[in-house]
Amino acid sequence: MLNFLHDLLDFIPRIPLASWADTTIDVIKDVFSFIFNPISVYLRAFMEWMVDIIGAVPPIFIILLVALYAFYISGKKFGLAAFSIVGLWLIYNQGLWTQLVQSFTLVLIASLLSVIIGVPFGILMAKNNIAQTIMKPVLDFMQTMPAFVYLIPAAAFFGIGYVPGVFASLIFAVPPTVRLTNLGIRQVSTELVEAADAFGSTPAQKLFKVELPMAKATIMAGINQTIMLVLSMVVIASLIGAPGLGREVTRALQGANVGTGFVAGISIVILAIIVDRFSQGFDGKKKG
Amino acid sequence: MAKIKVENLSKVFGKRPKQAIKMLDQKRSKDDILKETGMTVGVNQASFEVQDGEIFVIMGLSGSGKSTLVRLLNRLINPSAGNVWIDGENLAQMNDQQLREVRRKKMSMVFQKFGLFPFRTILENVEYGLEVQDIEKEKRKEKALTSLELVGLKGYEHQYPDQLSGGMQQRVGLARALANDPEVLLMDEAFSALDPLIRKDMQDELLDLQSTMKKTIIFITHDLDEALRIGDRIALMKDGSIVQIGTPEEILVHPANDYVEKFVEDIDRSKVLTAQHIMKRPETVNMDKHGPRVALERMREEGLSSIFVVDSNRTLKGYITADDASLAKKNDIKHLQEILRNDIPKVDKETPMNDIFNIIHDSPIPVAVIDNSKLVGIIVRGAVIGALASDSEVNLENA
Repeated sequence: MLNFLHDLLDFIPRIPLASWADTTIDVIKDVFSFIFNPISVYLRAFMEWMVDIIGAVPPIFIILLVALYAFYISGKKFGLAAFSIVGLWLIYNQGLWTQLVQSFTLVLIASLLSVIIGVPFGILMAKNNIAQTIMKPVLDFMQTMPAFVYLIPAAAFFGIGYVPGVFASLIFAVPPTVRLTNLGIRQVSTELVEAADAFGSTPAQKLFKVELPMAKATIMAGINQTIMLVLSMVVIASLIGAPGLGREVTRALQGANVGTGFVAGISIVILAIIVDRFSQGFDGKKKG
Repeated sequence: MAKIKVENLSKVFGKRPKQAIKMLDQKRSKDDILKETGMTVGVNQASFEVQDGEIFVIMGLSGSGKSTLVRLLNRLINPSAGNVWIDGENLAQMNDQQLREVRRKKMSMVFQKFGLFPFRTILENVEYGLEVQDIEKEKRKEKALTSLELVGLKGYEHQYPDQLSGGMQQRVGLARALANDPEVLLMDEAFSALDPLIRKDMQDELLDLQSTMKKTIIFITHDLDEALRIGDRIALMKDGSIVQIGTPEEILVHPANDYVEKFVEDIDRSKVLTAQHIMKRPETVNMDKHGPRVALERMREEGLSSIFVVDSNRTLKGYITADDASLAKKNDIKHLQEILRNDIPKVDKETPMNDIFNIIHDSPIPVAVIDNSKLVGIIVRGAVIGALASDSEVNLENA
């Protein structure tokens, strides 16, 4: 009996899942190369241009500007501003300023694209139950798949450098924006939706004048989560050649160089804290 | 022609409403349908007409389907069967575009929990219905301000809803509904979330506004007092069906069935009954024809100590007491004019009984009931108490 069961396990030969995935990626690459190639070229050029621009500004200006904005969004308190000054100066002091600018650009572009793609999908999901049923497992899949796995097709589609880094970050980081946009819109109270309808709103008017403003805080929480996930991809993306602080970490890992790794790690944490506080300030409600 | 005509309007919540509608046509009960098909009947073949300028109250306990019914009227909920005619157009058959037009121009709604947009100022909230019609900014601001002034909220236009009290928020809701000058107002438990004193103010204010606006108002409530206070006619709902439609008096005095009777039992009659329901036919003398002798004679016949005096048009002139009359007789005074007293307690025939208590308590003589300065009846103390205690002996024929 047990034998029979054992045979049953072996009855079906190994499914060539891996080679299917290979083929799929190859096909996608061939079919969509007319999209991927220009994206690869132009996005890369754009990001390098951006890094140059930001890099050309004297760091002291940037540090002061960040501190000023921190002071403003934290409700005229000095804590975050002081932290920004000390933190950014430390990064500069350690000779990692250029890497910081590179990482920041990566985070900014990947986050922007995530929002541009994520919010509309979230709206679609909120408006259409079938879309929700289909997208929920897809989002689960995207979030649970180890982030490293995305690097492989990313490199296949876009080569190495910034662009595959953005692509991999996007896939890994977009789900919270989609989910929380969906949730935020679905949570708008029935009475407000009824009020919008009762006064003769078109679906678009209802969405832009009532639902999105009501869901704003929730959507912003999702965007904040997305940005944090993008930040966590900074190190991983360096494995396929994305420049920045992550590359310092990988390099330290390869050379078993504890000190360099620690400094680069601390720099990422500083960037993360500042970006997190700033993106929490987006929802417009100032504390204190 | 009726402003709104509702024909056999039904709503079934469930997967196959057609099947349930068939069962409703066979007069099967709501419970039957739930047991057999698992579907819930929200509204069961409601039919009624609402006249132009009327306040039509739909009343029922929670779960009676009244909120569903009002949402069928502007199709926030789509009906499963039946028709809603507004000005001869069938709302149930309209496409989205036509429906939007009706909602923008003809019908507005006021919500139980106000339904205000918290991120918009009061002015922007009131403007909403105009904004979605793409009316230009200056014009909609002007209309919104007029509307806010109408409900007494001038000066609050730049506040946000959460800065206002509940009563004020509902005024904003009302102003928003009035801003696009609709012909029909749907009010879903509009005052139920307010505390009793504010609620009464709002009811008065609505009646005030209505006396000048003459909108057609469909008002949903679970509160019989409220229904009786503001309704021209009331429809009572139970389990999704309308069990009785009538004026407040018809419902109170002739409840259609046990359910209505039970509902009506608890009502404070003093709020509903007015002077005309408890007055008696007055004994009078005509000062153009009669003198003190006739007056004295009549008082003796009826066993009264005073009598009201009218002229030939039955306009109330005053009263005389028996003592004065006998004195006048002795002194040979011919005209009642000379012994006439003017300090008469008077009430209009529409005065609610509540307000009569104090007047009658302080008065040594019966209270005169006046209609256009004519004497139509008198109220004696016993009648007030009698009316409160009795079930059916109220003299409605006078109404």
